[in-house]
Amino acid sequence: MMQENNVIQVKELTKKFGDFTAVDAITFDVKKGEIFGFLGANGAGKTTAMKMLIGISNPTSGEANVAGFNVFTNAEDVKKNIGYMSQKFALYDDLSVKENITFFGGIYGLSRKKIKEKSNALIKELGLEKIANHLVGSLPLGWKQKIAFSVALLHEPKIVFLDEPTGGVDPITRRQFWEMIYKASHEGTTIFVTTHYMDEAEYCDRVSIMVNGKIEALDTPKKLKEQFNAKSMNDVFLKLARG
Amino acid sequence: MSINLEHISKSYGKIEALKDISFKVHPGELFGLIGPDGAGKTTLFRILTTLLIADEGKANVTGFDVVKDYKNIRKSVGYMPGKFSLYQDLTVEENLTFFATIFGTTIEENYELIKEIYVQIEPFKKRRAGKLSGGMKQKLALCCALIHKPKVLFLDEPTTGVDPVSRKEFWEMLKRLQQKGITILVSTPYMDEAALCDRIALIQGGEILEIDTPINIVKHYPKAIYNIGSKDMYELLQKLKGFENTYTMYPFGEFVHYTDKRDDFNPNELQQYLEENGLKEITIEKTKATIEDTFMELAK
Repeated sequence: MMQENNVIQVKELTKKFGDFTAVDAITFDVKKGEIFGFLGANGAGKTTAMKMLIGISNPTSGEANVAGFNVFTNAEDVKKNIGYMSQKFALYDDLSVKENITFFGGIYGLSRKKIKEKSNALIKELGLEKIANHLVGSLPLGWKQKIAFSVALLHEPKIVFLDEPTGGVDPITRRQFWEMIYKASHEGTTIFVTTHYMDEAEYCDRVSIMVNGKIEALDTPKKLKEQFNAKSMNDVFLKLARG
Repeated sequence: MSINLEHISKSYGKIEALKDISFKVHPGELFGLIGPDGAGKTTLFRILTTLLIADEGKANVTGFDVVKDYKNIRKSVGYMPGKFSLYQDLTVEENLTFFATIFGTTIEENYELIKEIYVQIEPFKKRRAGKLSGGMKQKLALCCALIHKPKVLFLDEPTTGVDPVSRKEFWEMLKRLQQKGITILVSTPYMDEAALCDRIALIQGGEILEIDTPINIVKHYPKAIYNIGSKDMYELLQKLKGFENTYTMYPFGEFVHYTDKRDDFNPNELQQYLEENGLKEITIEKTKATIEDTFMELAK
């Protein structure tokens, strides 16, 4: 049974590719409205773990419940109840801002009326009136990522998964992006985020650090710094991530 | 001069990718181009490596003109593009042999230069490049860019998407290459890496905002910066936004970097304002500007 406050509940989740254990019996919970930082070195198993949590890769063993559904038996329900964006894929470059919103709204089964409402509200909130009909491919990366985040929230998911959402984004836009994250979290949406910017790790309520497929540390940034006798999350990471 | 640019401009249709860029890189220098995606860094690299011709201006690399003497430049520089550009279907060893042969040399002849990096990927030398992890691909690309012993090394965002530990190792490697006399021009969107360069150019929207040593760039920051902490970051940001004397406020890790509009700012007054607005565990402390603060101030 899932506890009411935990929107993600993971127990001994494991993924093997042949002899190689990419994710090795990880266990953790994420609470409603929490900003959860999911860190680790390249190749530590973050992407594999995330793929299982968003219902596109079957676990080898273990259990995971996301937004109230089992990722193994109810993967389709998981997908309907979460939002997702990554640095590599967020929006269609060949569609305009409006078309992207309409497209993703449709995918998530929103009514035409609802899509129109949401689309207008989103365009107004991000100040996109002048470029609503421009192709997304012509926009700066930072804008794209802000729009993509809003689009990932269109269907009001309980959780949104963000895979390195701010990589390469300029420092001002990066901070605006994080303000959007705070706002969503304040309104009760759970945020599950990976990043290589260690200052962003400090913005999270709790942070987990994966090393060679295992979660080696999990706590608030403050407690992790105490635990590892480190000045910053960067130092914590450097102390841990090479195993 | 190893690299010399004078009034370089380049447009793609209506988009001005580079606007009147001029700077010099000294022999043996580790020079950083610091700026976000879309700043024009890659266009600049492509012009200097003779793969793209500028609309206006002149550029020299190791004394050769990038248009007239492009063949000589290609022989004497190494280039690691931002996008992985090796042959995915060739093995590690085959890629390296291929690049050595193209430049009329052998792996053995310049092995000393790449040894330290190559030993880390040597266990996988029979593996196809396409099957390598991100970190290993990056090391192989660096080996291929070094195999002909270039005088100047161009590295376009070598650490983007790379975790902090691997980034640190990569920069230690660059420092050692620099000690071997190689001039390095490197671009990065990570502001913390800027401090590791001899000099940096801050670049955004095709324009150079400032060029100097990292220490001097930080010194030029015009205001006093305060670290403000509170239990609730979101509320803190909202309340600071509503404070009439806020000049800038940017989240920085666990704190907000705050600057005030006035020169005679009194932290107690802000403390009181925040307390009246229900914030808890407030701390206000003076702090030092970072390169990122300077970048944001110049880019505003």
